[in-house]
Amino acid sequence: MLTSIMEQLINGLRTGSIYALIALGYTMVYGIAKMINFAHGDIIMVGAYTLYIGIALLHLPVIPAMVLTAAVCSVLGMLIEKIAYKPLRKAPPLAVLITAIGMSYFLQSVALLIFSSTPIPFKSVINLNAVQIGTVNISGITIVTLAVTTVIMICLTLFINKTKAGSAMRAVSEDRGAAELMGINVNRTISMTFAIGSALAAVAGILYICQYQSLRPTLGALPGIKAFVAAVLGGIGSVPGAMLGGIVLGLIESLSKAYISTELADAIVFGVLVIVLLVRPSGLLGKKKLVKV
Amino acid sequence: MKKVVSVGLAAVMAVSVAACGGETAETTAAPETSAASGETAETQAEAADGMEEFVIGTTGPLTGSAASYGTSVKQGEEIAIQEINEAGGVKVGDTTYKLVLNFQDDEAKEDKAVTAFNTLVDAGMGAYIGAVTTGSCLAQTDLSYEANILQITPSASAEAVTTNPNVFRLCFTDPLQGEMIAQYVIDNGYESVAVLWNNADEYSAGIHDAFVECIENEDAGLLVADESFATGDVDFNTQLTQIKNSGAKLLFVPAYYGDVSYIVQQAKDAGMECDFIGSDGWDGILGQVTDSTLVEGAVFLSPFLATEDSAADFVSKYEAAYGATPDQFAADGYDCVYVIKAAMEQAGSVETDALVQAMTEITVDGLTGQVTFDASGEPTKSAKFVQIVNGEYTAM
Repeated sequence: MLTSIMEQLINGLRTGSIYALIALGYTMVYGIAKMINFAHGDIIMVGAYTLYIGIALLHLPVIPAMVLTAAVCSVLGMLIEKIAYKPLRKAPPLAVLITAIGMSYFLQSVALLIFSSTPIPFKSVINLNAVQIGTVNISGITIVTLAVTTVIMICLTLFINKTKAGSAMRAVSEDRGAAELMGINVNRTISMTFAIGSALAAVAGILYICQYQSLRPTLGALPGIKAFVAAVLGGIGSVPGAMLGGIVLGLIESLSKAYISTELADAIVFGVLVIVLLVRPSGLLGKKKLVKV
Repeated sequence: MKKVVSVGLAAVMAVSVAACGGETAETTAAPETSAASGETAETQAEAADGMEEFVIGTTGPLTGSAASYGTSVKQGEEIAIQEINEAGGVKVGDTTYKLVLNFQDDEAKEDKAVTAFNTLVDAGMGAYIGAVTTGSCLAQTDLSYEANILQITPSASAEAVTTNPNVFRLCFTDPLQGEMIAQYVIDNGYESVAVLWNNADEYSAGIHDAFVECIENEDAGLLVADESFATGDVDFNTQLTQIKNSGAKLLFVPAYYGDVSYIVQQAKDAGMECDFIGSDGWDGILGQVTDSTLVEGAVFLSPFLATEDSAADFVSKYEAAYGATPDQFAADGYDCVYVIKAAMEQAGSVETDALVQAMTEITVDGLTGQVTFDASGEPTKSAKFVQIVNGEYTAM
């Protein structure tokens, strides 16, 4: 029983840390650009297909292929912002939201046209043996996922709090107009945020296909939605909130699937979200906003 | 104003690209006649060589997660139609009919299946083979009844498929598969068995229910874990961890090969060492796993095996035409065409009522064994177990 609980907790941590990686992209973009980038989930899909092209078609070694994946996703993230979102910066939020949804469909459909909807098997590039601790078995991909996400979260926290570019990001998210007056290049800061968020999505995409080993044009949709929920749960706009939200979501999902009911797992996840939002409308770690009239 | 327009354009672009990606219909006749038959052929149209054309319609997935099934059925049908047409077509009374296949992609989705079926009716289909998958087929049976067209499904195995009198089935039913696999578990002396099934799918649920009932009638303690998932799930770690810790020696997965490919991979990652057994949806699994050792030793039910002597002629034709080894779905498609030919000859007519009447009178010696049909639309035939040995499907 103890083994089973431990293994389920590890399952939850692994899916949760992938959700957290994706949720970081949602939350950073929301903090800076005040919009929900619904195309974010599909960046994961682009990342997964890029890795597939790099390794299976161009026969690149693993590390360059991964770097290529992160670069392609960053550039794509910046391009999407420049082409689709920047012209709408002063438009009503609803217009931006619809554009983001349109962009998501656009990316999925392009992938569908190029690769068709037949799943492509892809052999994992991360081959690490499972580790046995007592009776608990931890697979290689789980160890890699947990290690990579921990390192990324530490780096990101340091970047935001300790560097000049990080300070610029925080300043823009606090008050865009004032930041501009202080001499911060707002356009560049927004581009950088999209680039970092998309690179995180690329990492999530790599981890995702190394775990599930199969590519479909819609593979980013579900983790994208789950990660959005995680970002809201943790408090959208808050970086530590996204990390916490992702991991809490993964754990709740895994434990309710294992010990309550597989069918009810999603209902329980969203039930928890509703309760949290009723008690703390700004999410677990979100800041309360005072609106001055 | 400019912004509103650009938002509108973005939305329209997204929708139109989505529409392009969704539709891939295909109209094919047997390879050597495709030039003559053209895009759509009328049932009674006079063909160039003096024979009348009889259009056999089919819908099945040519793209999507179950694409292997539809592609196989289509290719099996094409081989059968080519053979029949080369041998002089089908003689019905004084008329000789040349068979023409009109195959529509339904992506194994109910809504697409309905559209695809209506397209076939509009194209003047004489008899219908399909749908390939259970969900699509259930969405079509009332339509085919209303349109009064003989329907034979090569592979939809839910019991409800054959409710209407015009619908027949070539493959065995879900409950029968569940019972046969339960019997296999009992006969092979497994002490503990777990089942992982898709509770959002009629096919999986039908097999699961019959299996569980049979196992519990034998020995209630045998079934140590009963876990489920939903269509589209890719993460089975939670369920597999429960199954692993239940100590099951055998895992039964009644599901399609797309789901199975995720399950066997994650079972290995979780350090599971139990044996696998599957339903006929496992056929095609070797094309979807990244490493065939994942399914080494797994056993599943299948009515057809390409390595058997009786299939040699079909297999060599199929390999020459498509460069692939045929699976049970190809054989099902092939047999369905011969069943329709036999029904046409027996009925002496191409009218639906006569064809339906003739279905219960014919015996067809097909690739998937000798088959007869009863009035409820069910076939009488046998099934065999197939094991994956050294990355190949082998007979047991």
